[in-house]
Amino acid sequence: MEAAHGHGYGHDEHAHHPSGLMRWVTTTNHKDIGTLYLWFSFSMFIVGGILALMLRAELFQPGLQLWEPHFFNQLTTMHGLIMVFGAIMPAFVGFANWQVPLMIGAPDMAFARMNNWSFWLLPPAAILLVTSFFVPGGATAAGWTLYAPLSTQMGPGMDLAIFALHIMGASSIMGSINIITTILNMRAPGMTLMKMPLFVWTWLITAYLLIAVMPVLAGAVTMVLTDRHFGTTFFNAAGGGDPVMFQHIFWFFGHPEVYIMILPAFGIVSQIVPAFARKPLFGYSSMVYATSSIAILSFIVWAHHMFTVGMPAASQLFFMYATMLIAVPTGVKVFNWIATMWKGSMTFETPMLFACGFIFVFSMGGFTGLVLAITPIDIQLQDTYYVVAHFHYVLVAGSLFAIFGGVYYWLPKWTGHMYNETLGKVHFWLTMIFFNVTFFPMHFSGLAGMPRRVPDYALQFADFNMLSTIGAFGFGLSQMLFLYVVVTCIRGGAKAPDKVWEGAQGLEWTVPSPAPYHTFEIPPVVK
Amino acid sequence: MLSQSTRYFVPQPSTWPIFGSFALLSMALGAASWFNGVGWGKFLVFVGLAILFYMLAGWFTTVAHESEGGQYNKQVDGSFRWGMGWFIFSEVMFFGAFFGALFYMRTISIPDLGNLESQQLIWPGFKPSWPTGGPGLGEQFTPMEAWGIPALNTLILLTSGATVTWAHWGLLKNNRSQLIWGLALTVFLGMMFLIFQAYEYIHAYSELNLKLTMGAYGSTFYMLTGFHGFHVTVGTIMLTVILFRSVAGHFRPEHHFGFEGVAWYWHFVDVVWLGLFIFVYWL
Repeated sequence: MEAAHGHGYGHDEHAHHPSGLMRWVTTTNHKDIGTLYLWFSFSMFIVGGILALMLRAELFQPGLQLWEPHFFNQLTTMHGLIMVFGAIMPAFVGFANWQVPLMIGAPDMAFARMNNWSFWLLPPAAILLVTSFFVPGGATAAGWTLYAPLSTQMGPGMDLAIFALHIMGASSIMGSINIITTILNMRAPGMTLMKMPLFVWTWLITAYLLIAVMPVLAGAVTMVLTDRHFGTTFFNAAGGGDPVMFQHIFWFFGHPEVYIMILPAFGIVSQIVPAFARKPLFGYSSMVYATSSIAILSFIVWAHHMFTVGMPAASQLFFMYATMLIAVPTGVKVFNWIATMWKGSMTFETPMLFACGFIFVFSMGGFTGLVLAITPIDIQLQDTYYVVAHFHYVLVAGSLFAIFGGVYYWLPKWTGHMYNETLGKVHFWLTMIFFNVTFFPMHFSGLAGMPRRVPDYALQFADFNMLSTIGAFGFGLSQMLFLYVVVTCIRGGAKAPDKVWEGAQGLEWTVPSPAPYHTFEIPPVVK
Repeated sequence: MLSQSTRYFVPQPSTWPIFGSFALLSMALGAASWFNGVGWGKFLVFVGLAILFYMLAGWFTTVAHESEGGQYNKQVDGSFRWGMGWFIFSEVMFFGAFFGALFYMRTISIPDLGNLESQQLIWPGFKPSWPTGGPGLGEQFTPMEAWGIPALNTLILLTSGATVTWAHWGLLKNNRSQLIWGLALTVFLGMMFLIFQAYEYIHAYSELNLKLTMGAYGSTFYMLTGFHGFHVTVGTIMLTVILFRSVAGHFRPEHHFGFEGVAWYWHFVDVVWLGLFIFVYWL
């Protein structure tokens, strides 16, 4: 971190910066705030990861060994909430903070002070979530989806989770307004929309999705809160409400949320692949249109998460076909990445390894998604480990692999040092192998009918589960190597050139490494 | 007024955000305790609220000084316009969740509770109609009549939309008294609306037996009108601030987004009310 501001203090107006902790608390600098987001995300990744390992430890063998079932449910719920809202989303916002101004030639984010608040709302939310384990009744155990009537009945832990979601929602909305305004209003002269790097494009669309759906989630949990404490009956049939309505409102948020967590990943991969194939991205405009189509479709597919709760056959058909349509723009993207590699001068540094790993493993998650989209099959597979396998293939091998790839890709620009390439590659292979050891067997246990969110299971699933648990612990330990690589890179290493990667394109490679504290105060002219 | 800066304004490090974070943390912990019967929870909520108001006042004062000090150039002005527009969009989606709940209940869940199967198996004799408090509600209530206070409130809000526009014309012509009188009238109308709304709630509780706990109708009625009333309150406070700033000589015909942002917000609140009037009170 310290290396990230080695020079660039040239302006007297910036002479009186607080130092030490207060520097980070009061900062309005997009690079500082990006760094804060990324470290916050990593710490939440560790917390959520520990919860996951506690789950896997219980599932190592059939029978109840370590945790009471209720505590197991708390672990499941909090693992989901913390990973989604604490680890994945803040990581992408961290990337946006660091990279969007650098990539469009802006001096900072549009609302630099509000940017600080967007970040500093996250620690209170995290405190609320972690505290909730220690209140009477423990943390919420309703699953990260917080379905009513479970969520309308739980103890105070649920209230803390609701308020945490309100605060994280406020953070996300402010962060997105900032990003969207920066992209629309702060581009350097000549940087037309269709010249923007694809990472910026995907974040533009993601920010739009966030602004559209985070308020809906806030509304949903507000109704849960009033049902819990003020006697409303939104989710209570006796009063004319409906628990299924919670699912509809939640998934109207939840499905776009899924794309909020993957579109920036698409953006990162679309930066990395051309750089290491040493060719321009194939089908740039089709990538833009595909991203937009995915965003639009994401609003009309939500009920595929709830095929089994009861709905007319016509609705099931509509949501099934709409869901399958998403495969078209996603396929466009995958084929464009492959076409970019076609006849390129490829090298496989760590970022490229993660990008290739992403394309391969994410596509598998996409295919299982198509399987689940088919209503009659989904009714068989609902709430089995097949679903767990599916969404970890897209969220871990999708979002997380892209985050790792992005960190390795831009780390030399941020710190001014090259990371240890050998250890980076080792990290990739360990991650890739253990990821598949963990999650691939879940396809089989799920197809054979093992239900999720249950601490015990029938004997025939024992081998698959033991394998998954071994993989999960391997995966978790491998991430310590990642921490080691990043910390050593911050503290030293070979000097990184301005243009770190031979084939990399874009404005961020025109500034020195490490990127000075203030960049593009005079906007560059893009031809 | 100084000449406008050519560089995009990037503020100095600021302590306001961290105050806001402490405020929300305190309010969240306090409310979670309060709602679960812990005595000091209420105290924590009020401490948080006080910090929040202190933070908002300080932060917006800083912004007003920066604006009047000529530090915001045309590009910064553009950022505020985009930002406010997207913020209002997020608010539209927030109201959308509650309107969605209303439409869902009226068109799906209540008819479903009264279909033949539910009637025979779970809720014998329930006749689905609107307004209703649902099949399990033991009490009777009288729904709100649209063509009394609500219609009057519609008139008040629509008029206030016109007065704020009249104030804006005054600002554009540099007619300060028209600006100030227009704003004062708008604030007055906003307060009138809130007083009528409060009277309506008291009337509903004391005479109509229409409470928050009256099932589907009570839940949606109070959630939608209450959330909207909260927005009118915030809007009225914002208008009051803008009124005081106008009296203090802030805003120029070519540079006054502080005014316009509040006016946009006020029009948004106005439009939401029309939706409420039609779908909550009238139909």
